Amino acid sequence: MSQKIEVSIDGSTVMVDASATVLEAALEHDLFIPHLCHHPDLEPAGVCRLCLVEVDGCLVTACNTPVTGGAEIRTDTEAVKETRLGAVELLLVNHHHGTVDCEEGDACELNRIARFVGVDETRLDRYRPPDRSLPVDTSNPFFAFDPSICVLCGICVRTCDEIVGVAAIDFVQRGFDTTIGSAPGQQWIDSDCVSCGECVARCPTGALSFTGFETPEREVTTTCTYCGCGCGIHLGVAGDRLVSARGQRENPSNEGRLCVKGRFGFTFVNSPDRLTTPLIRRNGTLEEATWDEALDLVAEKFSASRGDAFAAIASAKLTNEENYLIQKFSRAVMGTNNVDHCARLCHSPSVAGLVQSFGSGAMTSSSKDIGDARCIFAIGTNTTAAHPIIGLQVMRSIRAGGKLIVVNPREIELARYADLYIQNRAGSDVALLMGMMRVIVDEGLHDPEFIEARCENFEAFRDSLGQYDEATVEEKTGVPFAQIAEAARMYAQNSPAAILYAMGITQHTHGTDNVLATSNLALLTGNVGLPSGGLNPLRGQSNVQGACDMGALPNVYPGYQNVAIPEVKAKFEQAWGVELDDVPGLTHLEILRGVTAGPIRAIYLVGENPALSEADATHAREAMEKVDFLVVQDIFLTESAEYADVVLPAASFAEKDGTFTNTERRVQRVRKAIPPVGDSRDDAWITCAIARRMGEEGFDFESAEEVMEEIASLTPSYGGITHDRIEQVGLQWPCPEASHPGTRYLHAETFPRPGGRGRFFPLKYRPPDEEPDAEYPLVLTTERSLYHYHTATMTRRVPGLETLRSEELVEIHPRDAVALAIASGDRVRVTSRRGEVEAHALVTEVSPPGTICMTFHFHEAPTNVLTNAAYDPVAKIPETKVCAVRVERA
Amino acid sequence: MATTNLGPVLSAFERRPESLIPLLQSVQESLGYLPPDVLGTVARHARVPRSRVYGVASFYSQFRFNPVGRHRVAVCRGTACHVGGARFILEQLERTLEILEGQTTEDMEYSLETVACIGCCGLAPCISVNDEVSAKLTPMKVRKQFKKARK
Repeated sequence: MSQKIEVSIDGSTVMVDASATVLEAALEHDLFIPHLCHHPDLEPAGVCRLCLVEVDGCLVTACNTPVTGGAEIRTDTEAVKETRLGAVELLLVNHHHGTVDCEEGDACELNRIARFVGVDETRLDRYRPPDRSLPVDTSNPFFAFDPSICVLCGICVRTCDEIVGVAAIDFVQRGFDTTIGSAPGQQWIDSDCVSCGECVARCPTGALSFTGFETPEREVTTTCTYCGCGCGIHLGVAGDRLVSARGQRENPSNEGRLCVKGRFGFTFVNSPDRLTTPLIRRNGTLEEATWDEALDLVAEKFSASRGDAFAAIASAKLTNEENYLIQKFSRAVMGTNNVDHCARLCHSPSVAGLVQSFGSGAMTSSSKDIGDARCIFAIGTNTTAAHPIIGLQVMRSIRAGGKLIVVNPREIELARYADLYIQNRAGSDVALLMGMMRVIVDEGLHDPEFIEARCENFEAFRDSLGQYDEATVEEKTGVPFAQIAEAARMYAQNSPAAILYAMGITQHTHGTDNVLATSNLALLTGNVGLPSGGLNPLRGQSNVQGACDMGALPNVYPGYQNVAIPEVKAKFEQAWGVELDDVPGLTHLEILRGVTAGPIRAIYLVGENPALSEADATHAREAMEKVDFLVVQDIFLTESAEYADVVLPAASFAEKDGTFTNTERRVQRVRKAIPPVGDSRDDAWITCAIARRMGEEGFDFESAEEVMEEIASLTPSYGGITHDRIEQVGLQWPCPEASHPGTRYLHAETFPRPGGRGRFFPLKYRPPDEEPDAEYPLVLTTERSLYHYHTATMTRRVPGLETLRSEELVEIHPRDAVALAIASGDRVRVTSRRGEVEAHALVTEVSPPGTICMTFHFHEAPTNVLTNAAYDPVAKIPETKVCAVRVERA
Repeated sequence: MATTNLGPVLSAFERRPESLIPLLQSVQESLGYLPPDVLGTVARHARVPRSRVYGVASFYSQFRFNPVGRHRVAVCRGTACHVGGARFILEQLERTLEILEGQTTEDMEYSLETVACIGCCGLAPCISVNDEVSAKLTPMKVRKQFKKARK
């Protein structure tokens, strides 16, 4: 706790924080001092001159004057009033050309202040108003900027710089012409702006305003449906429509901040494309049907496919409760462990790898603590695009002087801020990481005490470093060894150091080895078991952590309890009152392959779109075409739903109750804001209805809360979680009992492994499955756009996001572009051994020579037709990050 | 195109924010002005946001964002010229050259700017074209001088 000191404000003596400013001290004691350029999230600026007070007889700005013991502060002297009135008048002259009746009303802070200080409008005639009338900048689809309302308080400029880190805007021009801008002649849309709207949300005058803003009739607090950051949002509702979203300040995961998808991406819920009624395929076409018809058909077909002929693919976009029900349905009703979901395609190596080394496959730290790291090592993660709110923590760490090391074949946005950026060859991470560790060990920068006290198998690991000599590492990674050594020293010498990683580490045929290499690095330097040090796999989807926790995986029950262990099996048999299978089921890829070369005859596909997301997508489409019975349960008629025999319309995240578990293991409430659209139903209702129609018991839940009670009773890490306890703030698992406060960071004392120690793994470098050759000379690596999400079924139904990024772009380095006579905007054909895709080229140095990059968001150019389905032998994740391709003009 | 030959100019400066202003001066010396795409290059080299480069460059009057013409017409707005009607001289030039202050004609012949004082107060109102001074001007004289040249 900070020290308290005594000051006098307007004659009364109060105790205030010694570190507070005069303004903070006054506001804390409910004493209003007018202020415009101050914002609690930002550093004091002192530019608007409205917060004038007298301290010991001198006029000072309260917002950037620290309190001193015994100071006499007066907010109401004649000098204060008179000077402040002048300052308010001057600002008003520049605001709406000097009219007091701002149309923003009370939403305009300057308007409120003008009334507070009692501005006499006739006095404003003394001033010469600005004679310029600048056009309103409406170039951004989500917000507008009106320079004639702006009083240059700079909150937007500072928000973009201090919080977002982008600094897309600044004060430009000089004198009377000063305005907010980015580059000569450029509109807002052409700037580096990431459209997060944080500046708009903070603008005190309405100069920045949300386009088409509709005031909600009521707000419902819930969790964002997009990435794994798991931000708290207040969804605004008017009638039965969602009309607004704003960040929840009390939520520890985002502290009120949102990215462009979180703030503006909710409107897909209102889309006219939503599925509103069940569809049944009759004579080759999908026709509308009643729920009774659809459920009868599904129940009949599923009843005939019990056992290993059935497989369910659950979804990382569904709630915990729904994923629990789907895996229970597969195991208890269908009698098979064939249940998996898209985590197989993203973080299965994290689960498989970290369980071996740490005993638990989740992020060790809390998102917020990452901002306090002294060093951040970001490898294979485009954090600002895929996890924007965790990206803000990276920015916070940098601002506080922390070091940032970025390792990525693409020169991502974060590289701009890095103390060290390493552009390694795609798929060379094991060589790079082991090379770093060799330097750390050779130079004695490791943590022998931590290794001795808390780890095992160090000697075998150390011996394996021998093969990573300078020449080998340089050859495999394409990086000068001096850079790797510098990274090693920077990481090892700045503690606490946090490792962040995502798909760039996992989506390889050696994904599990990559993960083990990162865990070796964290153990070697003792960077585990600290709040801000640790190893953090950033999970991609809103509830991918939860879907894994709930056992929507073929080898484990909820809480990662292995299906092959007899006691575990007995526990679930008793709880569910059925006999269960102890043989692990098929994984995602194996399920689809099992249609053509295996037992699969019926697939229950929930909230997933393998037609675009699966590596070697053509094969996935063939499987869905061929399977005897395909049920697709989704909110839109996706590319995959086109193959369905029955389509069941599901409710969106805003239309149901439940919980999501975000990437920092925080279990948070999802709340129903509006009723399900049309005749759609929440996924829990649908799964239970199918089970009941098949005559099964154990699916009679009245609410999501009841499902969570069953989950807690069977899942040790969720044992203490109830909807009641997470009503206000979510809890981070492990939370084994009702009195447990949740776990901010993992492995503080021991590792949850037999013996309690973290394990080192000796590792051997293995190249990607497919390397470039004469016929396919380039490497294709896949990436994500900030403006879209997964296969974009939701984001492409948000018009503004579609404006910001509307098509696939093949990113190609100028050197390769020149050799192929390709210019930006040219239509190009990309061909791999598995197929071809056409899109427009973008010539950019972001992509390294010899490597092209594409997203997988656009159905018009389905990138995964090209990617390689060769997979990691342990985690069975396909190698979507590296395949060999040829590019030519189309 | 303009960015390709900037290598030697950039490499003379350290890659840190403190290099920004000398870097901008050097680039302008080399290219005559600061084209928009160069601001991004400068930003990358000095490791500052693009917006800050524009913020800084647009704050100082020495930096130009438009190319200058072969003839740089500078209208004196010093006290003597101001009293002598510099405002009307400037307006006439804007009409005749069909550009505004700070702009350049499409054929790249003329740029128009204002300066605080040329130092020929006895000849007010005056202008300079490149370094040659035209003295005791009236709007009519200005029109004649430049209309002929424009033909």
